[in-house]
Amino acid sequence: MSFINYSSREINCKIVYYGPGLCGKTTNLQYVYNKTSPDAKGKMISLATETERTLFFDFLPLSLGEIRGFKTRFHLYTVPGQVFYDASRKLILKGVDGVVFVADSQIERMEANLESVENLRINLGEQGYDLDRVPYVVQYNKRDLPNAASLDHLRRELNPRGVPDFEATATTGVGVFDTLKMVAKLVLQELRRGSEAPTAAAPSMPPRRGPVG
Amino acid sequence: MSQQTVLYEAEYELIKKICDRLVREANAKVVFLVDKNGQLIASSGETAHLDTTSLASLTAGNIAATGGIAKLINEKEFSQIFHEGERDNLHISIIGQRVILVVIFDQRSSLGLVRLRVRKASEELNQVFNVISQKAELPGASPFAEISDDDIDSLFSS
Repeated sequence: MSFINYSSREINCKIVYYGPGLCGKTTNLQYVYNKTSPDAKGKMISLATETERTLFFDFLPLSLGEIRGFKTRFHLYTVPGQVFYDASRKLILKGVDGVVFVADSQIERMEANLESVENLRINLGEQGYDLDRVPYVVQYNKRDLPNAASLDHLRRELNPRGVPDFEATATTGVGVFDTLKMVAKLVLQELRRGSEAPTAAAPSMPPRRGPVG
Repeated sequence: MSQQTVLYEAEYELIKKICDRLVREANAKVVFLVDKNGQLIASSGETAHLDTTSLASLTAGNIAATGGIAKLINEKEFSQIFHEGERDNLHISIIGQRVILVVIFDQRSSLGLVRLRVRKASEELNQVFNVISQKAELPGASPFAEISDDDIDSLFSS
């Protein structure tokens, strides 16, 4: 749920990186953090275990610049990917404006990816969101690994609706900013759509090809 | 999609006044107000050295986690949380089930005084947030109804 503050002329939006354990959600945020100029970012917070696995969430506030005199700020969050942290994942999805699903391209992680997408759909549903309606981008990460599944295969399994998707290698940054820019753009377009009169048409969302839940 | 929170100047001024007064009356160091999604609404007191954005996000996470625990033991929520430190203490309370009020205080104040002042401020803040919710129901001109694709693209041109 975006937050518009007329007093400070700011708009804040929340983007959540979702995906199975060890798919690279935190690595995405770390790359963004490392490559963003200090004046455009706040501190990155990682609530992690001693073995560097995300325990609750990572958080990175980013400023993108101004639109019509309003500073646009994006708060990036990751969820803990491990299956047993489901209660925490639900909490982090509260008030989300846009979702990035980070898939692990390795063929043996396909089942974990599918399970995680399904988990995302259910958890969003519990918060009153429909995965087919929220601004949503899919990232196929770890494209550099030799056991990566083909792009066609990943698309078929993980993106039947054909939302914007990107190949990535988050450790070197390939595809990281493309993914972020796209989801930010979709969030802003959704914001515009939400600001229009209720009778107005809704032209700016990506096409929906799947069933509407 | 969920509706967005819109904070206008007039209500912001009211909120700021209440927070400023709470800092004085509770002898607090810092008071800040956060929505449940982790967005900072207002802050007062000695905030210059504080990373209020991170504080807001972590406070909301804290409240969300505590709320999750409450549900597991069949409580609706824990409306007040107190963290005691060596020097500074943190009093967190939920106002009208929607916003989070945080007071940071040291030995110049006491938990009793903070709780007393928070109670009064909460009532006043709740009234302001009622007005904000009512305004949110009204159709209003949003600065974002007018944005163009070019506006959006220009953010990413660099």
